[in-house]
Amino acid sequence: MRRVLPVLAVVAAILTLWYVAAVPMNIHGVLDQAERDGVAVRPEGGAVRRDLGNWRLVFTNVAQAPKGWSMERPRLPAPHQVLAELYDTVIDKPVTSKRSLVFHAWITLSATLLGFAIGTGLGVLLAVGIVHNRAMDMSVMPWAIASQTIPILAIAPMVIVVLNSVGIQGLVPKAIISAYLSFFPVVVGMVAGLRSPDAMQMDLLKTYSASKAATFWKLRLPASMPYLFTSLKVGIAASLVGAIVGELPTGAVRGLGARLLTGSYYGQTVQIWAALVMAAICAAGLVGIIGILQRVTLSRMGMDR
Amino acid sequence: MTMAAEEAAVSSRVIEANGLDLTFETGDGPVQALRDVSLNIDKGEFVSFIGPSGCGKTTFLRVIAGLEQPTGGAITVNGMTPDEARQHRAYGYVFQAAGLYPWRTIAGNIKLPLEIMGFSKAEQASRVARVLELVDLAGFGKKFPWQLSGGMQQRASIARALAFDADILLMDEPFGALDEIVRDHLNEQLLKLWARTEKTIAFVTHSIPEAVYLSTKIVVMSPRPGRITDVIDSPLPRERPLDIRDTPAFLEVAHRVREGLRAGHAYDV
Repeated sequence: MRRVLPVLAVVAAILTLWYVAAVPMNIHGVLDQAERDGVAVRPEGGAVRRDLGNWRLVFTNVAQAPKGWSMERPRLPAPHQVLAELYDTVIDKPVTSKRSLVFHAWITLSATLLGFAIGTGLGVLLAVGIVHNRAMDMSVMPWAIASQTIPILAIAPMVIVVLNSVGIQGLVPKAIISAYLSFFPVVVGMVAGLRSPDAMQMDLLKTYSASKAATFWKLRLPASMPYLFTSLKVGIAASLVGAIVGELPTGAVRGLGARLLTGSYYGQTVQIWAALVMAAICAAGLVGIIGILQRVTLSRMGMDR
Repeated sequence: MTMAAEEAAVSSRVIEANGLDLTFETGDGPVQALRDVSLNIDKGEFVSFIGPSGCGKTTFLRVIAGLEQPTGGAITVNGMTPDEARQHRAYGYVFQAAGLYPWRTIAGNIKLPLEIMGFSKAEQASRVARVLELVDLAGFGKKFPWQLSGGMQQRASIARALAFDADILLMDEPFGALDEIVRDHLNEQLLKLWARTEKTIAFVTHSIPEAVYLSTKIVVMSPRPGRITDVIDSPLPRERPLDIRDTPAFLEVAHRVREGLRAGHAYDV
């Protein structure tokens, strides 16, 4: 209870803020609709109201204001509308349906997981290279940092177009974009982790005349585990972002990114928000799974104090 | 000395250093860590190196271990270069911190050198059991390091250094981080261990009572540049109960150590 209470308090605060914000944000639409329905609003005429502040309109039309929580195409949908949409698209629709959010989430998740696997593998390999090879140490890191300064939105269409021209499409291009984002935290974390043993630990192995391989497997790798898991948590969230972004420039029809895209084409804000919430749930779930793996692994290694 | 006697003395010689120099290049210019250090250590001796910080005692130990390369002079360990001696597993090294791997149990930590050196599984198990018993930690093999006190962890690290049967034990202030009560106890245990295993021990410390209590030979060192100012052969018997520290003979050796430190301007800091 002690741990749940603060979480609930924050959720309640966010929901309250959300409901409050929905009123002024939707007030223009609410009054336009009310006017069309023949209800008296002040002042009359959409063109006149356009120049007036949102809060002012709320206060001059208090009776109409709550309708902002139940509009068909609100600028900001209320939480219960998003929940209703989620219920409709997650529970009511069969998961094989193209209108099921579970279906779309799975499309994005599969690209996320593949991209995460590629990114993690690449990140670990690069880190091992950087730690063991001076030339790589000097050359790879600047490139890795530079790669992250380029907006992913600029890279994503190129990756998709180039791969498409050699006949690769669907899952793989999205996974590559996802890997592009997730390898970086793994490189940074693993380089720090593999270098975390202190001089005394390295000297000890030297007194055993240990080979580089033995030093890696017996000291560097186990010492890097706490760093690895921290990086993986950042990496998997970045992977999900990468997969969603990878769906945008293709005009994809499947995946959470596609839901965001079609939602914005057709002004379906509820659909957009439902897809966003779904993405957040996926991210939380993925990070949670890594957290469990972290706890199990580190406790087996006796490092979870 | 007859030829035969001389030969016997040479064959029992474990460490032979002649005019060792070691200069570190630092940002502030060269620092002479060792100057003209000559010392012989025979088999079965317990030699302590004592002196203030910066006197080169740890550096000398690291030169013996081949962890530092001297810039001048010559040193042999078991008649070989320090690097060769290390390849032949001539010594076990105990650092100031126990440095046990938190992800390995005590037994797993002691197995570490054995795994690296390629001992069989059965051999590893029997050696772990033997050295754990030697340092009085039998039954603690399955514990993780954090479950043990600092003194016990340091004993485990001594066990790790003993596991592969090196003849020489190099100890760099192994009890420096422990409180005095634990240190007394460990000193007593170390002497028993030395008597049982007949190792040659080189021991760095900056505690005068510790050096006098443990050693058959005390090497007094001074800083700037690091050098030997006195070598004292202890008249104390090999069998040493803790209360030997209150005897006049003990106090006399301690006095001479203090004189040696003073002569080297060790107190001028």
